[in-house]
Amino acid sequence: MKAKIHVTLKQGILDPQGKAIEHALDSLGFKDTANVRVGKYVELDLQETDKAKAEVKVKAMCEKLLANTIIEEYRYDLQS
Amino acid sequence: MNIGVVVFPGSNCDHDCRYVFRDVLGQDVTMVWHKETSVAGLDAVILPGGFSYGDYLRTGAIARFSPVMQAVKQFAAEGGLVLGICNGFQILLEAGLLPGAMLRNKSLHFICREAYVKVENAATPFTNACKPGQVLKIPIAHADGNYYTDPVTLSGLQANAQVVFRYCTAEGKVTHEACPNGSLDNIAGIRNAAGNVLGMMPHPERCAEAMLGNEDGRLILTSMVEGLKKIKRVEVVV
Repeated sequence: MKAKIHVTLKQGILDPQGKAIEHALDSLGFKDTANVRVGKYVELDLQETDKAKAEVKVKAMCEKLLANTIIEEYRYDLQS
Repeated sequence: MNIGVVVFPGSNCDHDCRYVFRDVLGQDVTMVWHKETSVAGLDAVILPGGFSYGDYLRTGAIARFSPVMQAVKQFAAEGGLVLGICNGFQILLEAGLLPGAMLRNKSLHFICREAYVKVENAATPFTNACKPGQVLKIPIAHADGNYYTDPVTLSGLQANAQVVFRYCTAEGKVTHEACPNGSLDNIAGIRNAAGNVLGMMPHPERCAEAMLGNEDGRLILTSMVEGLKKIKRVEVVV
């Protein structure tokens, strides 16, 4: 099973990289761009074939390491 | 005193810490490789600055899983003095030994310059050689020093005098402009509730002798050493 995990800064937390990219996009002429948020993408393979069990594992990985839940939120997709 | 300096892959201020404690302050120093599982026999532990594990994932995120960190946690739980400088502060946050997290500097720049910090709490084992409200000039060098925590935790830190250093002007005014990195409440250093763990972004080991033109950082390291001597003396008497 493959897990595709996205980690981004929580809403309301300043994302200076996102802001810088937003300004760059604006300079490029993309004037209608707003709320650019930069995140991390982690992809990994799991031996687990049971989706519910895999979900428990991926959630634990996110909580314990992949995301710092003080400042970040995460979401994931599981594909068999 | 026997001061332990933890060495992670990517630490780069470890030798500066050793030099200051050993050659400037005349203490014994033990370098502790991150694979060690014990810090027994040490009087204090320093987590030095650098780029442990290449700052992969987040600063300090991987270092906290080093075997030595279990021992450091135990040492801290038993009241041992732990000082995290820069990357060491980031590791203490990720390890949960101090509350909060670091965000990228507001300017996105890696900032390497001298900063002024105000001693907000001079009654700690790390600052008792300072005067309350004293302004220290100490270099900073980081990309992720923008301290963040939730409002409830921040009020707790303020109420318990856990905010030890705040960025300020040369005159000691804590202003928005004086904050180099966007840190919440101008926070440059905090301690834990018990008072034996301190994390700070400025580098006191880089300004601890007259030859370098600035000895302000020495006050912090001297505070630790003198405080430890007092504790030892009490133990001997008992």
